[in-house]
Amino acid sequence: MKKSDFTILVADDDPDYLMQTLFHLGKAGYRTIKAESQAEAESIISRFRPDLAIFDLMMESDDSGFILCYRLKKKYPDVPVILATAVAHETGIGFSLDSQQERTWIRADRYLEKGIRPEQLDLEIMKLLKI
Amino acid sequence: MAVLKVLVIDDEPGIRSGVTRILQNFHVAYPFMDEDYTYEVNEAATGEEGIEIIEREVPDIILLDNKLPGMQGIDVLEYIREKKYDVVVAMITSYASLDVAVRATRDGATDFIPKPFTPQELKSSIENITKQQYLKRITHSMNQEGKKIRYQFLSVLSHELKAPLNAIEGYLRMMKERECGDRIEDYETPVERSLHRVQGMRNLIMDLLDFTKIRLERKQEKVIELDLAEVAAGAIVTVQPYAIQKEVSIGLKVKSDSRIMADPTDMDIVFNNMISNAVKYNKNGGSAEIIIDSDGDDSIIVFSDTGIGISKEDSENLFTEFMRVRNEKTRNITGSGLGLSIVRKVVELYNGKISVESTPDEGSVFTISIPKNI
Repeated sequence: MKKSDFTILVADDDPDYLMQTLFHLGKAGYRTIKAESQAEAESIISRFRPDLAIFDLMMESDDSGFILCYRLKKKYPDVPVILATAVAHETGIGFSLDSQQERTWIRADRYLEKGIRPEQLDLEIMKLLKI
Repeated sequence: MAVLKVLVIDDEPGIRSGVTRILQNFHVAYPFMDEDYTYEVNEAATGEEGIEIIEREVPDIILLDNKLPGMQGIDVLEYIREKKYDVVVAMITSYASLDVAVRATRDGATDFIPKPFTPQELKSSIENITKQQYLKRITHSMNQEGKKIRYQFLSVLSHELKAPLNAIEGYLRMMKERECGDRIEDYETPVERSLHRVQGMRNLIMDLLDFTKIRLERKQEKVIELDLAEVAAGAIVTVQPYAIQKEVSIGLKVKSDSRIMADPTDMDIVFNNMISNAVKYNKNGGSAEIIIDSDGDDSIIVFSDTGIGISKEDSENLFTEFMRVRNEKTRNITGSGLGLSIVRKVVELYNGKISVESTPDEGSVFTISIPKNI
């Protein structure tokens, strides 16, 4: 399968990050669908199955991304999810998917800090989609 | 009524029962304490027995004899220090030995009670220790509080400063790689958006500077008589360019004498923040109005707008540091979550009050009252 067979849902309330991510994914060849808020993402998930999702962590609430991961995995357990955030590890508020405990409550397949290079994001996506 | 646990470790039964008897009906009160302290006494005849009791439950105060049959008082002290227990230790000494006193102080003893002691001597020692313990705990809880605020501060800084940096970096990379084309016109949106994010960051930094400038006390020497109508007019001029962009009209009504005794810098902070909020959270083509009036000895300043409004639950935390209402309507508005908390702090410095009435989608009315003379 090629990249244009996959549709990626991107949810972010930062208009610039959203615009840039959609731009790069489009350039890499994926099809995209965007959500500008947690609410919009939820409504998309309820009627559409994306092939992969990228969620921002902090949107309407500080844990919007976690909630979306949970919702998506409940409905489509096989769809891979990437959680992205600008909250830095250095502040002590960061988290990872390294420990078993974190993996149980964060329902994401990858956790990425924003500012990731487009090529790197593409590589992560290809791994998750097994392209 | 708070109870402090006292452990007396002494091989003389007379001393132990004496302490128990004296502290039985003793209580300590201070004007600045919320409640009185009373004491519950436990007794141990040897150091070993004392440690057993400490292991079961760490007391608040230990009265420790140095000369004990087995392990010595100084050993018990060292044990407590090594375990880092939060406990105040007072040594009971029968003779003044400089050597013991020096070692004991070094190992964390905070007080010495001469033996034999009168009930009054014991009571005044206990009173001192209680005060110390109380202050230590207050400081500790204040530090905790400070940590919480620092934590919140870091997470907001991290998010609100890094997000625009990431956005700008992303656009610059797109330009560097010529991803949108070869002509400069192809990059109109990235450039426009980058400038917008830079402005947002500048505002956040300005707010942070204001925030750190606010003192805990008014600078009395800077207080002068000033006219709030002039302060308001100045702030309107500052905000005007932004208001023109959003097509928001700003009106000012002065209903009575608007002179007040205050530090001009403080009033500038209040008016600039309130008026820029009234524009920022307004709808395009809306209006904002400032009314300055008096109520007895207070100046009453009302800022009303035709903006997005605030729900009742959000308005409860509105004046808290770093509180930002995050929803669909505020998505494209940049803010630090500091403006209103800065205003509240300043207003409270003048023993004033700030309150808000709001209807979502219709607008908000903020009312500030400040005593004219302080």
